[in-house]
Amino acid sequence: MLNKIYDWIDERLDVTPIWRDIADHEVPEHVNPAHHFSAFVYCFGGLTFFVVVIQILSGMFLTMYYVPDIENAWESVRYLQTEVAHGQIVRGMHHWGASVVIVMIFLHTLRVFFQGAYKKPRELNWVVGVLLFFVILGLGFTGYLLPWDNKAFFATQVGLEIAESVPFIGTEIKTLLAGDPTIVGAQTLTRFFAIHVFFLPAVLFGLLAAHFIMIRRQGISGPL
Amino acid sequence: MSNKKNNQVSRRQFLNYTLTGVGGFMGAALIAPMVGFAVDPLLKGEKSGDFVYVLDVDEITETPQKVSFQVDQTDGWYESKVEKNAFVFYDSNGDILALSPVCTHLGCTVDWATEKEDEFFCPCHDGRYNAEGENIAGTPPTEPLHEYTFKVEEGKLYLSPETHARGGA
Ligand code: HEM
Ligand code: FES
Repeated sequence: MLNKIYDWIDERLDVTPIWRDIADHEVPEHVNPAHHFSAFVYCFGGLTFFVVVIQILSGMFLTMYYVPDIENAWESVRYLQTEVAHGQIVRGMHHWGASVVIVMIFLHTLRVFFQGAYKKPRELNWVVGVLLFFVILGLGFTGYLLPWDNKAFFATQVGLEIAESVPFIGTEIKTLLAGDPTIVGAQTLTRFFAIHVFFLPAVLFGLLAAHFIMIRRQGISGPL
Repeated sequence: MSNKKNNQVSRRQFLNYTLTGVGGFMGAALIAPMVGFAVDPLLKGEKSGDFVYVLDVDEITETPQKVSFQVDQTDGWYESKVEKNAFVFYDSNGDILALSPVCTHLGCTVDWATEKEDEFFCPCHDGRYNAEGENIAGTPPTEPLHEYTFKVEEGKLYLSPETHARGGA
């Protein structure tokens, strides 16, 4: 049945070469943990991506209940966690995933660093990787404010003051992020929400695409 | 691979099946809570509200009077008081009727005696109901205006926020 549908589409659109090109290639022996167990270090990139997918999915579902408004944000999080079916699990995935993704990206970076996999011709992919790291840090920073509890509020207060310590343009950066020169409030929350849910994910997708296209072009770095 | 026995599962097929199976199971375990989360409003069902005092029985007349009353509403995390309206009057049998102003066509709000002297009228698609709230043939509504459940205690009329279709006659 599925085969028939596939053949019907393939006959008209010739999709086989497209997915072959993306997915059908051999995993070199030196990155396959079945051959050398130590090759598990090659899994961290994939695991980082896996957790990012979980963040995106769980985040999309959280926005069904979450409201970025100072009157309602905390109540909406309380409601979605305690009264919506599986709310504890879905919020839990996003909450813990946010930390796990940092751990994974860090381990992935360590592997690339200590194997020297960033060297020519892969310097550009190292640069993209560092940008990905910053974007993910940004997602963690902006997401942390969203539950609008005391911890969120003061963490953001601190983060904003750190931003303010940048020489010359610090005050401007802080006002731009917070939406107000002095208040951490309604406008901060809506801005952080927009950045967390629209701006940074958009940048994230672009960088991920660049990261993966480069890997397909250059292949995985050779055995040590 | 051997094709001596046609029914034999090849190593490649076996690996394919197990990987798809285990992967599918893991994927499902990941997605299932999120689907439950999303369809939660379907699982919640309707809540019923308490009766609210609206007016004294001796104020009720034969002509529909618009009365408004407040009910507590819990909309997810948002609790508020919302205003509801009812048209209260004695019908031709001398029974109390408390009608909902929600048009039975597509849910707009009807008003009394706006278009014609003794009819309910809905401005959205010119729906009309007679003085007893029964829909007038040839206009869009398909059934009479719904009715609030009410109770009378010590000469006071109380309405429950729920409405129901009017049975028969
Ligand atoms: C790598 C990607 C992401 C990271 C690291 C991340 C991080 C975070 C963090 C740390 C929180 C605070 C959670 C808590 O304190 O319990 C949060 C909350 C939130 N995030 Fe994300 N996030 C990511 C992607 C997304 C995406 C793509 C969306 C939506 C499309 C999203 C929507 C939300 C929402 C609605 C909340 C508020 C609900 C809550 O606090 O539980 N996130 N995020
Ligand atoms: S909604 Fe009242 S006539 Fe259509």
